[in-house]
Parts: sequence; C-alpha cells; structure tokens
Amino acid sequence: MNAVAGKTIGRFVPLIVFAVLVAFFGVGIVWNQHHDPSFVPSPLIDKPAPDFRLPLLDDPSRSLGKADLLGRPYLLNVFASWCFACGDEHPVLMEYSKKFGVPLIGYDYKDPPQDAKAWLAQHGNPYSKVIADRSGDTAIDFGVYGAPETYLIDARGIIRYKHIGPLTPDVIAGQLEPRLRALREENP
Amino acid sequence: MKRALAILLFACAMAASMAAFAIDPLPFKNAAQRERFQNLTRQLRCMVCQNESLDASNADLARQLRHQIFDMMQQGRSDVEIKQYLVARYSDFVLYDPPVKSDTLLLWFGPLALLIAGGVVVTVLLRRRAQPANAVPEDQGDDW
Repeated sequence: MNAVAGKTIGRFVPLIVFAVLVAFFGVGIVWNQHHDPSFVPSPLIDKPAPDFRLPLLDDPSRSLGKADLLGRPYLLNVFASWCFACGDEHPVLMEYSKKFGVPLIGYDYKDPPQDAKAWLAQHGNPYSKVIADRSGDTAIDFGVYGAPETYLIDARGIIRYKHIGPLTPDVIAGQLEPRLRALREENP
Repeated sequence: MKRALAILLFACAMAASMAAFAIDPLPFKNAAQRERFQNLTRQLRCMVCQNESLDASNADLARQLRHQIFDMMQQGRSDVEIKQYLVARYSDFVLYDPPVKSDTLLLWFGPLALLIAGGVVVTVLLRRRAQPANAVPEDQGDDW
C-alpha cells in the first residue's frame, strides 16, 4: 500500500472510530431495553431446594416442610400483602392456579399474618396452601430478594425454574408451561 | 449571622450523626471486629438496590443480611465462608469483585484487549505516517 492510499485511509479513521462507538452504545441501548438489569439468575437452579419448614398461615400450630411436598412437583409463589407487583400478579394466579396441573403453594414473605389473611380474603386465594415466613430467614436460603418470585420444584425437591417478578400470561405460556409439560413427561 | 451559621452547622452535624445511627448498630466485641465487618460488607452488593453495598444500604434485606453476617462472625466463620454462603444463595452477583471464570473473562480481560487493539492501531498509523515523508509533500492540516 502506498503512502497516498495510507493517507486516504487515515482520513477515515475518525469516522471508523465514531462508527465503532455508535455500535457499542447502540448495542448497549438495545440490550438494556430487552433485558432487565435487576434480574439475577439464581444459582439454585437444578439444585435441591433448601430444607424448609414453615407454619401455615391459617393455622400456625401446623407446619409444612420440604419433606411433606416430595413426590410431586409444585409451584412455590413468594408474595406479600405489602408487595405492589404481587397485586398485579394476583389476578393471573387466580386465573391459572387450577390450570397449572400442580399445586400452587403460597409463600407469604415478611408479612404480618392478619395483613396477609385480609389480602387473600379481599382478592381471593389461588393457593392450595399458604406458608408464612414472618422473619424472612428461610427466604434467604431460597435467595429471595424481592417479591413476587416463583419457584418450580420437582418431585425430588430440585428447583427446576425460578421466575423473578410477576407471572404474566406470556411468561406462563412461554417459560412455565414448557417446563411443566417436561416434568409431566418425566413423571407421569 | 454568625449565630445562624452556627445553628446551620449544628443541624448538619446532627443530620450526619443521625444518618450514621440509622444504619443499625451491632454489638461488636471490639474495633477490629467492626472493621472486619465493615470491610466485608463493603465488598458485597445489596440485591435489592443493586448499586449499593450491604454496608451502605438501608434496604430491609440488606439489614437482615448484615445481622446474618454478624451472627456468622460471632460463630467464628471466616470471610471466605461468609462469601460462599451468600454466593450459594444469590450467585456471584453479590460480590463486587467477581471471580475469574469462563463467563467473566470478557469482563476481566476485555478492557486490556481493547487497550492492546487500540495500541496496535495507533502504532500502525504512526509508522505509516512517519515513513513516506519524501514520497508526497506533507500536507498539514487536512488530516484529523
């Protein structure tokens, strides 16, 4: 390459640098629009669920633990009466809870029991059972960092899937249903 | 005027000390333990408000985790064990200093790779410009 050609290319260097920067920022903008930066994948996927035992919301003298739920897949939905997004999720759960084909267990997170009971009485109760984690200590073992969160736990007590944020019909159809179907095929 | 200033200063000092007390006091055994605790919680991210450390965050979960970490320290657990405890639950994301792994290679070495690439481009350009000064009369001013 001779000097003249080199010089011509040199003249385009600022443009190239600019184009590269535009590409970087463009990818950043697009990526951030299609991806929730607060979403952190759980390290517990495909690992055993923590060994929990918590009192039932309706009757604190009785409890429900991981061992009681083995043998059948179930969904564990972390909610709270104080949680705003849970209010958005609630009608969806009311509609779908019977269609999942697996029990939907409610996990009442850091909630005064009377508030949770009043909330469920007012909005309806989609759960087959509700356990109450008043202190939130067990939730730390599940890696809960915001409600609502939903865990799919299989018959052997392994966490197969976790959704952070409200379940929507789209999430259910696109992510949850295929996994529920796969579990049904595994364990008819 | 002086008095107003004094009152203002006093108010500021009060506000500062209130802020310091808002983050819950924990019964440390000694200053060294407090130092170790602060040093550790500064390296850990609050999962709720993700731009804050566990040390600085006032989020409910951060407070709860600080208590948990404090209890683990009283039980004699090491910093490494405490970090493992949190990583097992919240993933590497809780660490402000993520470990070198296959999926963090770009994060760790990307900037260095960009620097080297930039250095190569600059070197090539400078060499090319330095060589053929005699071939074409240097035309100042229309480059860059």
